[in-house]
Amino acid sequence: MSPAILFLLALGLGLAGWLAARARAWTFRRESADGRLPSLPTYHAWYVALWIVLPMAAFIALWSAIAPGLVTQQVLAAPAAAELPEFGFQRQTMLNEARAVATGASNAVFNPQAAALVEPYREALSHYNVIGIVVALLIAFLGGTFAFLRLKPDFAARTRVERIVMAILLGASLVAILTTIGIFASLVFETVRFFGMVSPLDFLFGTHWGPDPMANAANPDASRYGAIPLFWGTLFIGAIIAMVVAIPLGLMSAIYLTQYANPALRKWIKPALEILAGVPTVVYGYFAALTIAPAIRDLALSLGAANPSSESALAAGLVMGVMIIPFVSSMADDSIAAVPQAMRDGSLAMGATKSETIRRVLVPAALPGIVAGIMLAVSRAIGETMIVVMAASTAANLSANPLEAMTTVTVQIVAMLTGEGSFDHPATLSAFALGFVLFMVTLGLNFVALRVVKRYREAYE
Amino acid sequence: MTLVHDNLEQTEAKMSAKDVSVFYGDKKAIDGVSIDIPTEYVTAFIGPSGCGKSTFLRTLNRMNDTIPSARVEGAIELDGQDIYRSGMDVVQLRARVGMVFQKPNPFPKSIYENISYGPKIHGLAEGKDELDAIVEKSLRRAGLWEEVKDRLQDSGTALSGGQQQRLCIARAIAVDPEVILMDEPCSALDPIATAKIEELIAELNGRYAIVIVTHSMQQAARVSQRTAFFHLGKMVEYGRTSDIFTNPLEQRTQDYITGRYG
Repeated sequence: MSPAILFLLALGLGLAGWLAARARAWTFRRESADGRLPSLPTYHAWYVALWIVLPMAAFIALWSAIAPGLVTQQVLAAPAAAELPEFGFQRQTMLNEARAVATGASNAVFNPQAAALVEPYREALSHYNVIGIVVALLIAFLGGTFAFLRLKPDFAARTRVERIVMAILLGASLVAILTTIGIFASLVFETVRFFGMVSPLDFLFGTHWGPDPMANAANPDASRYGAIPLFWGTLFIGAIIAMVVAIPLGLMSAIYLTQYANPALRKWIKPALEILAGVPTVVYGYFAALTIAPAIRDLALSLGAANPSSESALAAGLVMGVMIIPFVSSMADDSIAAVPQAMRDGSLAMGATKSETIRRVLVPAALPGIVAGIMLAVSRAIGETMIVVMAASTAANLSANPLEAMTTVTVQIVAMLTGEGSFDHPATLSAFALGFVLFMVTLGLNFVALRVVKRYREAYE
Repeated sequence: MTLVHDNLEQTEAKMSAKDVSVFYGDKKAIDGVSIDIPTEYVTAFIGPSGCGKSTFLRTLNRMNDTIPSARVEGAIELDGQDIYRSGMDVVQLRARVGMVFQKPNPFPKSIYENISYGPKIHGLAEGKDELDAIVEKSLRRAGLWEEVKDRLQDSGTALSGGQQQRLCIARAIAVDPEVILMDEPCSALDPIATAKIEELIAELNGRYAIVIVTHSMQQAARVSQRTAFFHLGKMVEYGRTSDIFTNPLEQRTQDYITGRYG
């Protein structure tokens, strides 16, 4: 049975329970002495409906996770399965083909051996489908009956419903956390595999980066996996060049907007800045690769640089800096605006000028918030992928010259994962180790930034 | 329209307002106030909330300039010179007319930096020694020196409310002003801290022309020698504090000080 029909079925049952429970609650209400119940009839109705829908949904979710395994087991137990190749890729392909035909996703099998499996598959699928639906209905019925029998005139349906709603909300917020943990776990798993092949010391402190996806996977050359040039490139582009652009411009625009701009102008400039934050990074990438990078190369040529690269770190860094101006400026804007008016008045009443007040009172008072904004911007810049993929090079250079080609961690992750190496080759796995390092660094930056913001908020409340 | 008592001693006016009106947009907040502020006496502005006493106080050092819709008519003179004339340097004015606010507002810097801020921006001290001397003198005058001399590098915001307010007074004194405006300086403080501030005002009297806006009539009676009663944007009555409280000439003043409204 398709998920859509199951979904509608659950809704229908829920609605039925809802109506029945409400009718019952109305009866209580008519029979009660003063026509009042502790809970409104709709709360009784929701209580029953939730007891029908939620257990059923939970079972369906669970079932759709374990049913495919059960189906495959039954198919493998069939006599036709004995002729399958013993292990590996081919066996899996045949099973997949047979399943596709059995579910109607494709018309015919490519491997003749798979044809014999179609019928067992079809049987197993319908077998477990029926079991699933029957159990789901049974659970819905039990849940509904249980809830319905609890309804009484003085039943505290309202508090129960509130509690269920709270549980649902809690579940929703757990999804994000669990996803993060899951991502982290998968990253750690692959990283550990990589470090089994290449020592972490070689990886973290080596200065030569040039993994060869075609080399023998069993015996990788650890000296080609030194990630220092990547870390340097990432820092140089994301944390140095981009910040040299973004910090002064972001800070100054925040000061202008909060202290000088008249309200009409502010109404225009602030959304315009926020639009900058909404431009897809791939568009920035075009801009960097097609406009800025050639311009910088021409400039370098005219200044006498010999053979400048057209994929300079400077181009990527400049555009990335422009991209994160809104992050810096909006955090700075918020924290400057949060400095109490009394502080400004105090300074002005001392005979300080507007710019003295800003420089010596407002910005120092807002500094924690500004610093936190900068840290968030850095963590975004070093995790940024699209601009550097398009505008930076893939050549790992350890150099302090911004006109040279450089590469970043994110560029190499893309290059390694989309390369020709197989998935268990150290060159491919190195992408996970790089991702892991990046994840830890940005996590640390965000953590520190949030702590700083929190402490700063406490100072004024 | 203002009833001025005729038994006042002759004094030289440090500041003098002449028929001053203040508008917020179209709304008239102050209507034709004229008053002389001497150095010899502490002047108190009293009146119910919203009567315009704080607004008027803020015109005396042009703090109303920070409110875009505010407009001032009439003349306010400091040593005979109109402070609203074109070409008047507001920065200089505020160095001469200091202000202490309702809520203590020390900067989130060290105690030392709070005091040295003004002297630094006005270039009053040459070198660290002179600056140290100004800081110590100001804190002594504000009666705070003994309490903080061992922790000048601690944050000013870590002091108690009363200490913070005395720090703000010391900060105002540090630029050596001629007039100090106080806008309900004790309204956020407990009685003991209030008593200390009032003592301090008595000590500073004579050295600076002091104007204090207050909600508390007892406070006005304790600290001031001249009192102006404001009501609905007008200055109703002005005279010796003792006369205003014991022998008011206007019915509205009488009603206010006897607690009929406000």
